[in-house]
Amino acid sequence: MRYQTDRARVEGLGSAKQGTGHFWEQRISAIALLFLVPLFVFPFAYNLGDGYEAVRAAYAHPVNAIIAIAFFLTAFLHLFQGVQVVVEDYVHGRAGMVIIIATRLLCTLFALVGVYAVIRISLGA
Amino acid sequence: MADVNQGNRPLSPHLQAYRLPLNAKLSILHRITGVAMGFSGVLIVWYFLALATGPEYFETASAVLTSWFGDIVFFLSICALWLHFANGVRHLIWDTGSHFGQKTVNRSALIGIGFAVVMVIVTIIVG
Repeated sequence: MRYQTDRARVEGLGSAKQGTGHFWEQRISAIALLFLVPLFVFPFAYNLGDGYEAVRAAYAHPVNAIIAIAFFLTAFLHLFQGVQVVVEDYVHGRAGMVIIIATRLLCTLFALVGVYAVIRISLGA
Repeated sequence: MADVNQGNRPLSPHLQAYRLPLNAKLSILHRITGVAMGFSGVLIVWYFLALATGPEYFETASAVLTSWFGDIVFFLSICALWLHFANGVRHLIWDTGSHFGQKTVNRSALIGIGFAVVMVIVTIIVG
């Protein structure tokens, strides 16, 4: 018999100690991407194949630059959140932990490289 | 129960014996497309890094992304993108606790696939 009350059990936030935090954060990034995906993908598709000067000018524009930065940050966050769920389901133990850590580091790196590139383009350096 | 001959029957839902419903196929595709788009994301970041670096590097990156290889990758990417997008909307609706049930789920699956096809065509026209 359990002597713990239901409330005490719930307050422990479950065995992962995060409660619904990860789930909730993933929904937030998903909702952000509902807007950011069309805003980023259509200009990107439109500009792809154009010359250096034209594409450079397109992303020097503040609106495109801010959209691209927001997209990189959100998309790579959402990618990591999704990969973490998939890995937790299919890869167990040490291997799963290693993949989750590596994915998080790589997603952070690629997001930062993307942001760095856009800022550099936008500021004309 | 130990002396009951269980035979060599497949466990249900055994992937080789059980035809997955459309919704289950979409669920698996949702994960595959999500992970696969990570590679598209890396390619796009590389393209932007080249754009920030200079004209010569940009021409190289742009040539790779607009080659036949790039065309295939980006065609698959936009298929993955809009399918994942449509299915993601379905998941967000389910998260509110509504639109469950066999018929409803099948209908939203077909609407989602239709939406994805239209958006792929629109993206190709824009690009």
